[in-house]
Amino acid sequence: MSTNPSESRGTEPADGNGQAPAEGAVTAVDPRLLVRQEGFAGYWSEFGRKLRSGELGSLPVVVGLIIIAIVFQLRDSAFLGAENLSNLFVTAAGTGLIAVGIVFVLILGEIDLSVGSVSGLAAAVFAVLNVNHGMPEWLALVLAILSGAVIGALHGFFFARIGVPAFVVTLAGLLGWNGLMLQVLGSNGTINLDDTGLVADLTNHYFTDISAAYGLATLSVAAFFLLSFRDSRRREAAGVPSRPLSEIVLRTVALAVPAYVVAWLFNQYKGLPLAVVIFLGVVVALDFVLRRTSYGRKIFALGGSVEAARRAGINVSAIRISVFALSGTMAALGGMFLASQINAANQSSGAGSLLMNAIAAAVIGGTSLFGGRGKTWSALLGVLVIQSIASGMALLGIASAVQYMITGAVLLAAVVIDSVSRRTQRSAGRA
Amino acid sequence: MMNVSATPVLALRGISKRFGAVQALTDVELEIRCGEVVALVGDNGAGKSTLVKAIAGVGPADDGVIEWEGRPVTVDRPHTAQELGIATVYQDLALCDNLDVVGNLFLGREIVRAGVLDEVEMERRARELLATLSIRIPSVRIPVASLSGGQRQTVAIARSLLGEPKVVILDEPTAALGVEQTAQVLDLVERLRERGLGVILISHNMADVRAVADRVAVLRLGCNNGTFEVRATSQEEIISAITGANDNAVTRREARRQGEGDSETAEGNQ
Repeated sequence: MSTNPSESRGTEPADGNGQAPAEGAVTAVDPRLLVRQEGFAGYWSEFGRKLRSGELGSLPVVVGLIIIAIVFQLRDSAFLGAENLSNLFVTAAGTGLIAVGIVFVLILGEIDLSVGSVSGLAAAVFAVLNVNHGMPEWLALVLAILSGAVIGALHGFFFARIGVPAFVVTLAGLLGWNGLMLQVLGSNGTINLDDTGLVADLTNHYFTDISAAYGLATLSVAAFFLLSFRDSRRREAAGVPSRPLSEIVLRTVALAVPAYVVAWLFNQYKGLPLAVVIFLGVVVALDFVLRRTSYGRKIFALGGSVEAARRAGINVSAIRISVFALSGTMAALGGMFLASQINAANQSSGAGSLLMNAIAAAVIGGTSLFGGRGKTWSALLGVLVIQSIASGMALLGIASAVQYMITGAVLLAAVVIDSVSRRTQRSAGRA
Repeated sequence: MMNVSATPVLALRGISKRFGAVQALTDVELEIRCGEVVALVGDNGAGKSTLVKAIAGVGPADDGVIEWEGRPVTVDRPHTAQELGIATVYQDLALCDNLDVVGNLFLGREIVRAGVLDEVEMERRARELLATLSIRIPSVRIPVASLSGGQRQTVAIARSLLGEPKVVILDEPTAALGVEQTAQVLDLVERLRERGLGVILISHNMADVRAVADRVAVLRLGCNNGTFEVRATSQEEIISAITGANDNAVTRREARRQGEGDSETAEGNQ
């Protein structure tokens, strides 16, 4: 065969101008190619196609939230009142932060059962260091959160390096760290925190100026629009498919409406809660890590195929350990918020339904239990569902027995939706 | 013509490999030139995979020399092989089903701009690469799970090309594919040759081998058993080199069919 490498090597242009052949490849011949029409019609047809093939995304949970809101509002008009909703958001922050860590672990295709105990232990560590030993609050806070990170890394080490299933490692952690927490708290069992301190402020501080809430809403909406717009322009310039301006505007409006409604609600009560600012900040920051950095891409890759990730040169153990460390960190941070709510660390910190609520929040929000799919936003949506149910039941004076059963049913429904949508996706070839 | 007669880009000299009591490879020689497709054939257990592992650095050889562009080199890790410019596409593809095509193509070598994934640049380069290889997939933004077997194979091959390799090793690329998809992959192999790459194609399928390979290197029981110019060789000659004799199930069957012995086919190969 006579071929000339130097000549054919040059066929791949190093920069620019890749549009013509790429366009040709997409528009030509094959009728199975997914070519999206321009404008709204294309947007809707793609939306319909996604629904049919089981890519439900956040749709079930948003619909669920609306149904919950309607049902409780009909029973008690205080449910959608400013005070109740503001409190609901603040209470949701602690569990929500823990759920964000769970999302990361679930994307790996693993589970972390120790987060409840770790959050309780972190609260106890903080209380003992700050109250009993007189350590400055900020230092005690840092050490408490760091202890969560170390514990998580330890779980990760046993899982990634020793090869013990994560389920078992963290189950051991569930018992062990709870025991350590009781030990740390000592005979007394309850340590009250300084009710004007830093940790107390986590859930008790409100930015009372009405410009705070509206400012944050405006900032988020503007940032979203500008980033989407810039991204779209770059894509256009590079000759790859981009969102039309109309779609960006539509998405911005879809974000702006709830953002301003919630900001208005907060201002009707005490103002913008610090807890909500931190929770949203963490969700946005970790969403960025997950979707926009190569570290996040590696986590998804591990959730898809460990072997493929390994062959692509990804350090599998390091990623696994870091994700469990992150889960421990988020559990500790969430523990601080939960301690702040009751202004104390006690023997029941991190116990009860906290672990189940955190995992349920992640799953209800749309993160797959099977690994490889998920968003940090699902922690936010999921925890809102769980907290709405709890809050609504409390308003109506329904016993916690019924509340557990209903939350259990909602979790089951979420997992069923996850499993069914996964099956539909597989049959539509999009698992 | 000039390139084919030049120094081989990859040459194996006297490669031997032993697993415990089994001599898996004995003094194997193989040469790959730029712009050439060499089919590596042999029965199960002939040592094809062991040889590929030795080249790819997964299971280094015990003995023998690997020459890269005329220089002897040591390939003791997969990473070394990749740095030299040897890309391997394994039979089980190693794609992440949940990631989209762009994500899979750039997995482990993401393009990062100021610490952030440069999705636009990756998508542009992905489309460009797929276009130059005339690979058609529904969209570069759908999960790999939704692609057909042939499309997945082409994505895996395209992925191996991102590192600008000079030699690509394809392990049974058409084993699980239908007629149409096999043709697509074979087209792609020809395009790799046109781009001046050396291709080592491992296959059990004689039709595929004859369709795209320039030369066929036969392994039998861990030894070279002849190298054939495809255009000047009949399928029977290759098969008898693979099976190792002119008296075996295949030739006996042939003989029965033709009503007379077919003794020339395997001469001089053993």
